Amino acid sequence: MSSHRIVGQSVPRKEGRDKVTGRSQYVDDMVLPNMLFGATVRSQIPRGKIKKITFGPGVAWDEFVIVSAKDIPGKNCISLIGDDQPCLASESVNHPEEPVLLLAHPDRHLLPQAVAAVSIEYDPLPAIFTIEESERRSEIVWGEDNIFKTYLIEKGSVDSVWEKADYIVEGEYSTGAQEQLYIENNGMIAAFDATQGITVWGSLQCPYYIHKALMAVCNLPAENVRVVQMETGGAFGGKEEYPSMIAAHAALLAIKSGKPVKIVYDRLEDMAATTKRHPSHTRHRTAVSRDGKILGGEIDFTIDGGAYLTLSPVVLSRGAIHAGGPYSWPSVRIRAKAVATNAPPHGAFRGFGAPQSLFAMERHMDRIAKTVGLSPVEIRRRNFLQPGQATTTEQVVREPIDLGKLLDRALEESDYHSKKKRFANQNQHGTIRKGIGIAAFLHGAGFTGSGERYLSSLVGVEGCADGHVRVLVSSTEFGQGTKTVLSQIAAEALGLPYEHVSMAQPDTLEVPNSGPTVASRTVMVVGRLVQSAALGIAQTLISSNLLHNGYSAEEFRTACQQYVATHGQLRSWSHYEAPSDIFWDDQKYRGEAYAAFAWAVYIAEVTVDLTTYGVSVGDFVALQEVGKVLHPLLARGQIIGGVAQGIGFSLYEKVVWQNGRMQNGQMTDYIMPTSSDLPPIRVFFEELGNIHGAYGAKGIGELPMDGPAPAIVNAVVDALGVRFDSIPLLPEDIMDGLAATSPEFGLVSAGGVR
Amino acid sequence: MTDSRAQHGEHEISFTVNGESKKIFAYPMERLLDVVRLKLGLTGAKEGCGEGECGSCSVLMDGVLVNSCLVPVLQAAGTTIVTIEGLAAGDALHVVQEAFLQCGGAQCGICTPGMILASVHLLNRQPKPSMEEIREGLSGNLCRCTGYRQILEAVAEAVLRRTTA
Repeated sequence: MSSHRIVGQSVPRKEGRDKVTGRSQYVDDMVLPNMLFGATVRSQIPRGKIKKITFGPGVAWDEFVIVSAKDIPGKNCISLIGDDQPCLASESVNHPEEPVLLLAHPDRHLLPQAVAAVSIEYDPLPAIFTIEESERRSEIVWGEDNIFKTYLIEKGSVDSVWEKADYIVEGEYSTGAQEQLYIENNGMIAAFDATQGITVWGSLQCPYYIHKALMAVCNLPAENVRVVQMETGGAFGGKEEYPSMIAAHAALLAIKSGKPVKIVYDRLEDMAATTKRHPSHTRHRTAVSRDGKILGGEIDFTIDGGAYLTLSPVVLSRGAIHAGGPYSWPSVRIRAKAVATNAPPHGAFRGFGAPQSLFAMERHMDRIAKTVGLSPVEIRRRNFLQPGQATTTEQVVREPIDLGKLLDRALEESDYHSKKKRFANQNQHGTIRKGIGIAAFLHGAGFTGSGERYLSSLVGVEGCADGHVRVLVSSTEFGQGTKTVLSQIAAEALGLPYEHVSMAQPDTLEVPNSGPTVASRTVMVVGRLVQSAALGIAQTLISSNLLHNGYSAEEFRTACQQYVATHGQLRSWSHYEAPSDIFWDDQKYRGEAYAAFAWAVYIAEVTVDLTTYGVSVGDFVALQEVGKVLHPLLARGQIIGGVAQGIGFSLYEKVVWQNGRMQNGQMTDYIMPTSSDLPPIRVFFEELGNIHGAYGAKGIGELPMDGPAPAIVNAVVDALGVRFDSIPLLPEDIMDGLAATSPEFGLVSAGGVR
Repeated sequence: MTDSRAQHGEHEISFTVNGESKKIFAYPMERLLDVVRLKLGLTGAKEGCGEGECGSCSVLMDGVLVNSCLVPVLQAAGTTIVTIEGLAAGDALHVVQEAFLQCGGAQCGICTPGMILASVHLLNRQPKPSMEEIREGLSGNLCRCTGYRQILEAVAEAVLRRTTA
């Protein structure tokens, strides 16, 4: 285990030098000869029939390339899970900012006024904007009932549990939309050639999602569609599905004009039109024994999917499976529902449903603690999942995880107990209140249930003519360190120096479909495949008698050169095969939801200023078990960055909606944390390993998004003694909450319901 | 990019960029950011927000850190400009660039050029800043990936390297 040479080391980031010198090429840095610039005319209303489109005066329209739905050679949809989202609206619109027309011109400065000169007349239809309105069904805006998807997870018999309960604890929790706010806005360039077909270069996470979408929109066979990822300036899920839309738009303009077309959004368009984290609403009703054991409960988890299906069913699934947290539920009924509203579709964002349902679970644990009269520490300790016990989907925990020990270490690192005592004393006087809060949670790595089986990822490793090794995957780098860690894995497997491994640019002409770069799956799932494909290269060289076991790096290089000189190419492929002991029932939503879970306990300390109602986060302890840490520096960077986004989600980032349109789509009024807003975030790892991941790794990217919000809000409640169950929690909410004073434990009591 | 507009109405503007004298034609109100990226081909400066909030377009103008998306190019006439491309001496990276590599200060890399220039600017004014001063000094540059910690550590590392070099 400990004999690894390269994994476990903080080797230099593969593309680091290009990034610190400004040489990295992002899509907006790329210029093609005769390139046009594209822009999108979008709906101004949330819902209605398009009556008439007028091209206003003052614009030389004959200089513009104009594309409408009738120019689409293939299907007018962005293919993903369902085909309900149009590429361009033709007869009706279902949300503000829905694309209706596309314009292109050689001079990008002329586009804004041209977009403004297009007027669209509508017959408006009534629209709905909240989960409550959607559930009321006063208007049906999607399908027959406004419901995109429901899941039911049932374990044991919840109905018989209420009469045995000493306490029944209820709570309702909600989370708001959150913008991914990658600093690089979305962008694509497309070029069309009648024989080769369409090529797009862009800022993106999932080359093969775009490949599939372009085949359908452009009506082209697979070999005539090529997708190339440029350096990508942050994504966080926000470049999982919407880039397919932008790629399709650029492609349509390129096909019609015969020229390359670049579409790069400005910040306002990016924030207003593209996806955000799903707003959510969760209701808990929990039966608890006198000694604080959860006997069973009901969890209703609902998310607002916006106007089209997009990825909502999958977000819902992950949210539902994580809704019970890292606790043992003898019985539970989880009803999950994704509903339609007339907002732009909500989509993937780091955590993917889990931060929403885990916020509810971890706030609710504190409420249970208050009701029963136990501490937040003790209530968790008494209910933690133990090895051998089963999750809400009846997945038996086979890892030797000891959550009690994780909790103990986090308490110690944060100096929890003495702070708790000290704060209680200090809070008696003055205008400063301090509090400390805990969140315990888990995050499943890889696609849910049968997901990885369906993805059936393929990975290649190539021995090159010059003797170095190249990894062929569609897995993308957007800051997390994909290129670095996958290179480490290949180098480790082959016993080569890290510098002898390179990564192919994700280009569908060059690399196989190793699946999308999402779901904390890259290191665990793709990394494992890279490991085995790399070994295949050595095996080939050894069985060709060019190499012997115990070879040196130089011997490998020579053997590789000889093999390529003789045979032309040396490639090894590895295909995902589901472990035989993993069982998942899609119908009953039961079984092994994930090949592995990462586990964590986070502890936040906050200060609330009673004069300004401002909250600042002081010390923050992030302790997690993520299997083997392959690159300590990158892993720490992932955790700190995720916690920072979680702090934004809790305390700063509020999307202000009006009739389905974001009102604060700029960095001046949508507030993310700056360097002066964040505490020193202290990161600790426990390493248990993982039999399913490369060198024992599990997923890591999404985990740190799950814990900060509940830990922080629990700390605010601890500081003020007033309950808050919605995020973002802004100073005005705290002011209102203090004015209304609903004490944390005043409204829930033994056997009672508020 | 080829600009189809006639040179009529454009002004001749001279300045020094990364040590070289440059003469360009531009409309007076064109953004320095566009001139640097499109006319000079220096694409290290990035547009993140277009309104001076994010700092990704930061360059040094006469030694002062500016958001080049807010600077009309006429205002830059006669000044000395340093972009990220002008920081390294050939293959030898600037000490701040080295420190960013070592400490994990760059993740997706889009804020990195601006963040590095902001760090250089800070260290020019204040050779030995405290952690608090670094936090404050970089608070005009947004980063969504790192949570800033490893950036702050990189600046501290650069200070250390300079004093022990």
